[in-house]
Amino acid sequence: MKTEQLVSALVADRAGSAAPVGRSLVRAVAAGAVVSLAIFAVWFGPRIDLMPALATWRFDLKLVLVFVALAAAFGACMASARPVASGRWHRVAQLAALLAAALLAVELATQPSQAWGTRLVGTNALVCLTVIPLLSLAPLAVLLMALRRTAPASPTLAGAAAGALAATTAAAIYAFHCFDDSPLFVLTWYPLAAILPIAVGALAGRRLLRW
Amino acid sequence: MRAARLGDDEAYRRLLILVSAWLRAVARRGLAAAGRPREDCEDIVQETLLAMHLKRDTWDGTQPLEPWLRAIARHKLVDHLRRRGFADHVDIDDHVDTLAAPAAGEEGAGADARQMLAGLPERQRRIVEGISIEGRSAREVGARLGMSEGAVRVALHRALKALADTYRRGRS
Repeated sequence: MKTEQLVSALVADRAGSAAPVGRSLVRAVAAGAVVSLAIFAVWFGPRIDLMPALATWRFDLKLVLVFVALAAAFGACMASARPVASGRWHRVAQLAALLAAALLAVELATQPSQAWGTRLVGTNALVCLTVIPLLSLAPLAVLLMALRRTAPASPTLAGAAAGALAATTAAAIYAFHCFDDSPLFVLTWYPLAAILPIAVGALAGRRLLRW
Repeated sequence: MRAARLGDDEAYRRLLILVSAWLRAVARRGLAAAGRPREDCEDIVQETLLAMHLKRDTWDGTQPLEPWLRAIARHKLVDHLRRRGFADHVDIDDHVDTLAAPAAGEEGAGADARQMLAGLPERQRRIVEGISIEGRSAREVGARLGMSEGAVRVALHRALKALADTYRRGRS
């Protein structure tokens, strides 16, 4: 087949285009989140004191922090899905880091140092470490499928970014269940829980996202 | 590319022809630098064109097209060289090969690609041949095979993906 002949075949196939990267990733996250929400609703459910909790700044800012992290991970995942890197998501990641540092500073300033240990360990550490990876399974699987249609500059990094996005999606759901609202707890255990999905994503990405 | 996204087939054809000429130069330079025979050139061009086509949604319309194209071309060239066991140095034996090999132009690609098409399922192969080699439209091919135009397009898309996979796995 001559190259010109190949071109004819490609032109004939032009109309069959999928969605832009951003839209297909949004769909993937949404589809994965639906499955995770179902698991969440059946086995865990939101905390009983959800309404009073919403009135406390710790819980609200925990949600804000988790959703900012989700936005940063989404940006990272979208950037990694392209053959040319773009750095626009760094801003959101910086915002998340800044917010985290501010929350930590306020917590350390307002709480006596004897309380730091108990607030850090909390009551749900093990639950957090198991539920976040569990809830990130479905989003990770759907995201990897969506990313197979993209052209990541580095398949491993794209897989890791998908893992991070899946983990933050899971964290956004899990945050409604967890009683531990202290930034000390959130900033310790949530990232630890995200390590596993990120590692799995990186390994899977290396194999599945080659193009 | 922008026009092609809006549905202009002719613009897309012009773009692909332009890009393939550019890719040919890039691939030649890459092969020469790696001390590989030039006959792989058209393979790389076609593989890269396929990748660019199948991954065209990853181009961000707000960004210039060229860096994106160059990234895909580099990716495919490196991929190709790695597959052929090129390990970042120029081997003397490869030069001997080059000198001994007949200077093959685009004609050499004909036999190769027919082999690749032969690896496709019968129906997909006939569709690709009908559209690319015989230059028919999807509707004409569909009428001949007793398929709807839409079904032909779906099968064509699958066939192109399968071709890209075959390239990627490296058939030699």
